[in-house]
Amino acid sequence: MQQIFNFILKNSNRLLFLLLLVVSLSLTIQSHSYHKSKVISSANFFTGGIYEKVNNINEYFGLRAQNEELAKENARLKSLLFNLKDTTKLPEIDTIKGVKKTDIIVSKVIHNSYSVFENYLTINNGSSSGIKPNMGVINSAGIVGIVDKTSKNYATVISILNVKSQINAKIKKSNHFGSLIWNGKSTGFVQLIDVPRLASVRKGDTIVTGDQSVIFPPNIGIGTIENVYTEEETNYYTLNIRLFNDMTNLGHVYVLKNKDAEEILNLEKQSKKDEQ
Amino acid sequence: MNSNVIGNIARFILLLAAQILIFNRIELFGFINPFPYILFIILFPVNGNKTGLLLSSFFLGLLMDMFCNSGGVHAASCIILAYYRPAIFKFSFGLSYEYQTVKLNDSLTPERFSFILIAVVLHHSILFLLEVFKLSFLWDILLRTLLSTIFTLITCIIIIYIIKPSKR
Repeated sequence: MQQIFNFILKNSNRLLFLLLLVVSLSLTIQSHSYHKSKVISSANFFTGGIYEKVNNINEYFGLRAQNEELAKENARLKSLLFNLKDTTKLPEIDTIKGVKKTDIIVSKVIHNSYSVFENYLTINNGSSSGIKPNMGVINSAGIVGIVDKTSKNYATVISILNVKSQINAKIKKSNHFGSLIWNGKSTGFVQLIDVPRLASVRKGDTIVTGDQSVIFPPNIGIGTIENVYTEEETNYYTLNIRLFNDMTNLGHVYVLKNKDAEEILNLEKQSKKDEQ
Repeated sequence: MNSNVIGNIARFILLLAAQILIFNRIELFGFINPFPYILFIILFPVNGNKTGLLLSSFFLGLLMDMFCNSGGVHAASCIILAYYRPAIFKFSFGLSYEYQTVKLNDSLTPERFSFILIAVVLHHSILFLLEVFKLSFLWDILLRTLLSTIFTLITCIIIIYIIKPSKR
């Protein structure tokens, strides 16, 4: 017994080092698997609060650009409205019961990272505004990412510039779809992989979100095709896509709340269970 | 002794704040950031409490991880640097470093430079290796480690020169 105590006392620093190393490595491994570590993120009240304070000051430097962006979006929406056949008629509601399928929550990016392989944004709304993990985030130009973790007043978003992110997307013209990933190289480009060779792709074609995702509604802009490659092993196309969004400069974003998401996911889970 | 502790706490907070508010936003060429917050571990008194250094560098790294959303990579590389610091001291200053009063924030000699260089390289290679966790990005890891090391080294030396106590 005495010897055990002596051993612990003599090697206390080494044991402490090993303990801390195990803790930090397990945190690292957890962060690489899909959202598990809750505490170590910039969505908690301390880090989120500091980022919000800093952003409050930084915001003033980008007011002109933000205003221009909003004015442009207004103009686009107005033009959509004026080109309706009957301008007094409101857009039709989607389902029989008269419930809208998608709710929109306005939020603001208070921290943005784009220099590492796994990039996250922090936004200043959280579970108290109804934001939950796995909701889509877009802005006026196109998609931004998917909500990862939430706290009461803040949430982190997996940016599309994250090597972990994978989003269903399609070619607008032909409806051929693939998976949208990021190869970690440039902040202006993402890649669409697994596009069948049958698809006719041309430089400059528009890529939009696909119909298979419950996170994003279909036909939200992503970018345009810049280059086309053929994968040697799989014989599928890989497309290099120039983003509509400037991911290094984000202001206001919209969080999309798909009201049917839970129902669809439950149904899919049910049918998977029945198969087994 | 007491002023030493207060000085360390002040350094901890100031370096962390400077790292988050200034150095994390530099993004030179889009992907290179310096990490001068590890100056806290480098400048910790040579004969200081080792347990205290280990614990404080763990929390320094953990706070960095919270702000960067990076899991535990900063914490891991910080405690590895803190644990192997005596070995680097021994390598750079010779065996009897504990009996000399090594003052790092003084004029730059080859010994001091080699100490800072090895510390930065050790920290950065573990940091970027853990951050990516995939060997398919090996060249990217090496490139980032190299460029960030150079950048951090320059920032560290500039900071040391700026905060050098002016006593002659």
